[in-house]
Amino acid sequence: MKIAVVRFPGSNCDQDCLRALTDGLGVRAEYVWHKETSVAGYDAVILPGGFSYGDYLRCGAIAAFSPVMQSVIKAAQTGMPVFGICNGFQILCETGLLRGALIRNRSLLFLCQPVSLKLENNRTPFTRLSEEGTILSMPIAHGEGAYYADDQTLRELEEGGQVVFRYVDQHGQPTPEANPNGSRNNIAGICNPSGNVLGIMPHPDRSWDHRLGSEDGLQLFRSLVDTLLSVAA
Amino acid sequence: MTPTLTPELIRQHGLSEEEFERIKSILGREPNFTELGVFSVMWSEHCSYKNTRRELRKFPTTGRKVLVKAGEENAGVIDIGDGWAVAFKMESHNHPSAVEPFQGAATGVGGIIRDIFTMGARPVFLMNSLRFGPVQSDSATARQNRKLLRGVVAGIAHYGNCIGVPTIGGEVYFDESYNGNPLVNVFCLGILKRTEIARGAASGVGNAVFYVGSETGRDGLAGAAFASRDLTEESKADRPAVQVGDPFRGKLLLEACLELLTSGAVAGIQDMGAAGLTCSTCETASRGGTGVQIDLALVPKRETGMSPYEILLSESQERMLIIVRSGEEERVKEIFEKWDLPYSKVGVVTDDGFMRVLDQGSVEVEIPAKKLAEDAPIYEREVAVPPAPEAIAVSDLPFHDPKESLLQLLGHPTIASKNWIFRQYDHTVRAGTVVPPGSDAAVFYVREADKYLAATTDCNHLYCRLDPREGAKIAVAEAARNLACSGAVPLAVTDNLNFGNPYRPENFWQLREAVEGLAEACRRFETPVTGGNVSLYNESPQGAIDPTPTVGMVGLIEDERWITRQYFRDEGDVIFLVGSIGDEIGGSLFLKTVYGKKAGRPPRLDFDRELALQEFVQAVIRKGIVKSAHDCSEGGLAVALAEACISGAQKIGAKITLPASNQRVDVLLFNESQSRIIVSVAGDGIEALQRQAAQMQVPLIQLGRVGDASLEIETATGALSWPLDQLHETWYNSVALALSQQDL
Repeated sequence: MKIAVVRFPGSNCDQDCLRALTDGLGVRAEYVWHKETSVAGYDAVILPGGFSYGDYLRCGAIAAFSPVMQSVIKAAQTGMPVFGICNGFQILCETGLLRGALIRNRSLLFLCQPVSLKLENNRTPFTRLSEEGTILSMPIAHGEGAYYADDQTLRELEEGGQVVFRYVDQHGQPTPEANPNGSRNNIAGICNPSGNVLGIMPHPDRSWDHRLGSEDGLQLFRSLVDTLLSVAA
Repeated sequence: MTPTLTPELIRQHGLSEEEFERIKSILGREPNFTELGVFSVMWSEHCSYKNTRRELRKFPTTGRKVLVKAGEENAGVIDIGDGWAVAFKMESHNHPSAVEPFQGAATGVGGIIRDIFTMGARPVFLMNSLRFGPVQSDSATARQNRKLLRGVVAGIAHYGNCIGVPTIGGEVYFDESYNGNPLVNVFCLGILKRTEIARGAASGVGNAVFYVGSETGRDGLAGAAFASRDLTEESKADRPAVQVGDPFRGKLLLEACLELLTSGAVAGIQDMGAAGLTCSTCETASRGGTGVQIDLALVPKRETGMSPYEILLSESQERMLIIVRSGEEERVKEIFEKWDLPYSKVGVVTDDGFMRVLDQGSVEVEIPAKKLAEDAPIYEREVAVPPAPEAIAVSDLPFHDPKESLLQLLGHPTIASKNWIFRQYDHTVRAGTVVPPGSDAAVFYVREADKYLAATTDCNHLYCRLDPREGAKIAVAEAARNLACSGAVPLAVTDNLNFGNPYRPENFWQLREAVEGLAEACRRFETPVTGGNVSLYNESPQGAIDPTPTVGMVGLIEDERWITRQYFRDEGDVIFLVGSIGDEIGGSLFLKTVYGKKAGRPPRLDFDRELALQEFVQAVIRKGIVKSAHDCSEGGLAVALAEACISGAQKIGAKITLPASNQRVDVLLFNESQSRIIVSVAGDGIEALQRQAAQMQVPLIQLGRVGDASLEIETATGALSWPLDQLHETWYNSVALALSQQDL
């Protein structure tokens, strides 16, 4: 089993993702350069956070057209697990693998802080080891993390169980105060209809080690590895 | 057309008549216009330290762990054991930030990061020490200060967040003396193997000289010279002297350079910061004892029609000069093409000691590199000793309700939580931040080296204004104390000396006193100075800033279990004050906030007492006796207690009984006597704490207990009580409230 961590120019959470897998779980993970045209030989792809190509246009807009993403799109369509974190989520929205968009935070300021998330769908390869309703703690760090979709799309996502993570308060309620960035319906992460593509704004790659104040993020990577192992078996 | 060198033009270049004579004698002829520009930037205060070099020599710079000394390279390097080392440095971007806060601060961050990876180190965290005028009122000045602060914070966030180096700590002070002249001191630390230190020398005659990174444009023309003048109303016209940063390019350059450095192709590397191409060529040649010849036609340019003067003096960002071992030139090509960065072979290392610049086939600049880089004149500036400040008589101060005063202090932006600011900085990238911003010291786990580092920046400008020597000593002592409280042993110091115009004797006296104070303290704490920066001419129309010798200190925490936080943890724990109750209110923030006075004699530092205190705290932390440790600084005991209650994720109260005293209660609560730390221990740790204190002869006063939802302080004259919510609300929201005002 081998997991790809894509490196775009301007990725800055590539190392954090790689280490979560290698140091946190002892699995094989490798960087894949953005100029590569294939992800063959890998069992899953992680799109890490950062500022791909500087994000000087719209976040993720250029990365969506990079050579490597063309192969990631194809792989995703054939069922390969693809996990976009922060900038990776933005890229997934830009490619159309996920619906909606991430727009500027309500405050118009970059926000780095811990948040509480409620898991609402454990039928994805990234969440299958957790109970639905579990509350996880992870940091966010983004300027453009407010999830937006039109009413129709939102309804379809909600009805299709594609809202995987929601920002909640300590009691698990998706209150306006618990919504750090103005995301619609407090949405922190969504998946595609078949569940093999997940995008989230908070950082599991910064919450996988007791030193960081939370190990909740490790559960997502562990689920992914568990999925891949069970597929192999 | 080349201008004629008139006395007026020479003066505009900041060169005196004597300096011009010296240039002529070095060259054996008159310089041309381009050469005048080259000398002007290299002999500016920013590059040559001509007014401060004598003073800087007073710093202790050696030590068992020092691998690269101050002044040797772009940053000092300290051994942290097991084959690993850290490179760190602090640098100012005060002048650019005053005229263009966003880009000024952003390029400050970019510049300090380049200084670190030039050493071969991977940058792992950033901090900053910021100073602004007051931001809370409706005045035009406060509005301007808010604008500066928002711009500076956004600029730091822009660069640091994008390049992916976490900003994990620092400090922000607010005082009238920084009106119109904010201080932006940025700090970066990088990690490297001790055997892989990169050098900034042009070694190996015949080796190729490569220019890599962004193209040269007209931005930042002669920024170093700009930073070596007073800020005036006309400074706004100097905006072209401010550089524009591109953190994306910075990130690519960082990765490409580190990759190239591991390839073994690099003989020398130097970033193009202040004085750009000029400084990097003559400094590498000077360090290598060689010469460097470059051809301007080969320099990648962003604009057409740039004159040699402009190309050489541009401070365009994200550029490096790399000396490549012969035969290895293909490696540069390979790696820089991979990262889609411009690169160009612009010249060669020569054996004649000259910095020689060709333009269109003719020699435009020909200057002995070593003389240009190292033979700037050195001055002994005049000092004037001001009268010593008068002591404050408490009886002259009308008594104010201390309940109110504590709230006033907690709401003072200098003390209040800076969450509105540090939330904008990515402080969790690189997955190593163990103690985030908002504690005495930040703690970072450097994963590649398996090491815990603690870092802090400190300087109390009120003390330095009233007594620069004592204030500077206290800056070092407080930094060391903050590290001790976090469980660390201090390793070394980088400093940023922010002062006014050195030609004013009273300003130069402040600088000299502060340097001597820092030097003495660094000796006593065994923390050598590994480098830093001098920023003079910090003046606004109202006069010089308060002297601000900012100290950045780094320490090592040997064991994860020793990491200690400042806030109380559990109900029922017992609170102690290590040190005496104190009585010095001169220079205190209490005096300034409640009485509007920047006056009195600041607290005295007793080195022996301070060292004993820090050793004690380190000892009880190592033995696992204490559950929290927080030093008393601005606002004294009462503010430290309140912070210990409200600065954790969970607020928790305390019930305190102050020992009997004949001091007035406000003096007891808010004095800023030094060498004091508040610790909390579980009930079964009391005896061990007391035993250790008796053994190490450190004063220990039992203050009370952790618990409930208020801070209660029982004094001889009655009980004071503050609900936690009120303390927290005041402290947590004050800065955010001031800065979220709409200023149109």
